[in-house]
Amino acid sequence: MTIEEKQNQIIDEFSMFSDWMEKYEYIIELGKDLPLIDAQYKTPENIIKGCQSQVWLHADLVDGKIVFTADSDAVITKGIISLLISVLSGHSPKEVAEAELFFIDKIGLKEHLSPTRSNGLLSMVKQMKMYGIAFQAKV
Amino acid sequence: MNKVADKLPIDITEIRKQFPILSQKVNGNPLIYFDNGATTQKPLSVINAIDNYYKTYNSNIHRGVHHLSVKATEAYEEARRTIQQFIGAEHEEEIIFAKGTTDAINLVAHSFSKAFIHEGDEIIISGMEHHSNIVPWQMACEERKAVLKVIPVLDNGEISIDDVQKLISDKTKIIAITHSSNTLGTNNPIEEIISIAKSKGIKTLIDGAQAIHHQPVNVKELDCDFYAFSGHKMYGPTGVGILYGKQELFKKMPPYQGGGDMIKTVTFEKTIYNDLPHKFEAGTPNIVGGIAVAEAAKWISSIGFDTIQQHDNEILNYATEKLSAIEGVKIYGTSKKKGPVISFLIDNIHPFDLGTILDQLGIAVRTGHHCTEPLMDRFKIPGTVRASFAIYNTLEEVDVFIDGVKKAKKMLS
Ligand SMILES: Cc1ncc(COP(=O)(O)O)c(C=O)c1O
Repeated sequence: MTIEEKQNQIIDEFSMFSDWMEKYEYIIELGKDLPLIDAQYKTPENIIKGCQSQVWLHADLVDGKIVFTADSDAVITKGIISLLISVLSGHSPKEVAEAELFFIDKIGLKEHLSPTRSNGLLSMVKQMKMYGIAFQAKV
Repeated sequence: MNKVADKLPIDITEIRKQFPILSQKVNGNPLIYFDNGATTQKPLSVINAIDNYYKTYNSNIHRGVHHLSVKATEAYEEARRTIQQFIGAEHEEEIIFAKGTTDAINLVAHSFSKAFIHEGDEIIISGMEHHSNIVPWQMACEERKAVLKVIPVLDNGEISIDDVQKLISDKTKIIAITHSSNTLGTNNPIEEIISIAKSKGIKTLIDGAQAIHHQPVNVKELDCDFYAFSGHKMYGPTGVGILYGKQELFKKMPPYQGGGDMIKTVTFEKTIYNDLPHKFEAGTPNIVGGIAVAEAAKWISSIGFDTIQQHDNEILNYATEKLSAIEGVKIYGTSKKKGPVISFLIDNIHPFDLGTILDQLGIAVRTGHHCTEPLMDRFKIPGTVRASFAIYNTLEEVDVFIDGVKKAKKMLS
């Protein structure tokens, strides 16, 4: 699936929820499937500091595709990271660098990516794209 | 028509009518505003004072001969006298309009230190201070090569007078401490601290940001040297705060900033500074802010501190009891002498997650370290969820909040 197709699939899934509670319960569930960052990478250098919750992010280049792993101390943040990773992992550095992420807005989580939320998610998206740019030099 | 409302000393419905912002819905639910420690909402009298100023007499002050300027100047100076009375200061020259508590503390940390703090001197603060009452002193210490000492916080969120005594030495020049903790709620024994300090010739600065609208403050009786607070936390506007300081000290302190209004005469060779209070008020001030914060003080006085304190205690005790009954809840700050602030955590649930779910329910709380990082380190936690109450909050709102916390706990654990 392309990055765009994956996003459309998520939007479809979320359109089935009738209220915010179902939606958040689902996000919290997704957090449990997050491809966890290896302990050795859970270092201060890999921390993306939001004011409130912290996010650790790591990326590997496997057969020309980026594989992201991450973690967070807050479960809602973890769920949203899990969504982001499911969309961007397994794609080429160029695709990641150029990806347009429209699903967050469409599933009503826009406020989580606003700079005022200070939960590290916005910086995390930037960091994922930075990996895309950095890895382009390697492939 | 409910039992809980009867417990409160006043008709909150009437009070709420004066706060238009409170009647809105957030995420489909009636807004419950429990983030009053961060800033309070504003009553109509304050909003109208702002509106009226801009509609009818906006003008620059202290410099015009024309009608509007005279009117604005009179209103601004009248506001200063209202604040003077509100805190029981002896002279109106002792009331300095600043941008807020932070600005007021920076003024003292800068100007007091320049005049009175020398290499090797000591400044004492407490372990529960807001960053605004830590960082300016760290900067002053760096500048003056002085030493910062910290009164430890006990497990219940109090400090001990013994510890204060132990920290004091003949090098101590000033003790800067919060009247009431924004994170723990603790009301500190500032009367005792001030009297100990006075007996040793040590000056005192009280951070009153969280106290000024919850308890009567009389700076003359307290006999502190400085008292700082923000307009926006006492039902007034943002961008204005007050620094009270003793006249004789202010006179010995150099100006903080230079510019218009703070001078008598300027030549390129020598500038003569203006008298108090203008010496510390460089530039065009927040004129409407000063006028509106005085209006807020009048509004508080019209409710009265007896009523306010009864209400605070009622709602604090009610919420503490209900919250404590939820399994896994740990409250940080359990002093008997508390303002209406509850900081808490539930098991391992991250404050950010809890705050997010409460927000979905229309409940505004603060999550995080509350600008008291050293205090969070002291308790070895990343942050807390904080519910802080004001006069317009009701026990019914507490009930909704408690249900919300239970719901969030279920979702998150
Ligand atoms: C105890 C305390 N001191 C100082 C401040 C700083 O006030 P301001 O941001 O209005 O300058 C606050 C505000 O959060 C506070 O709670």
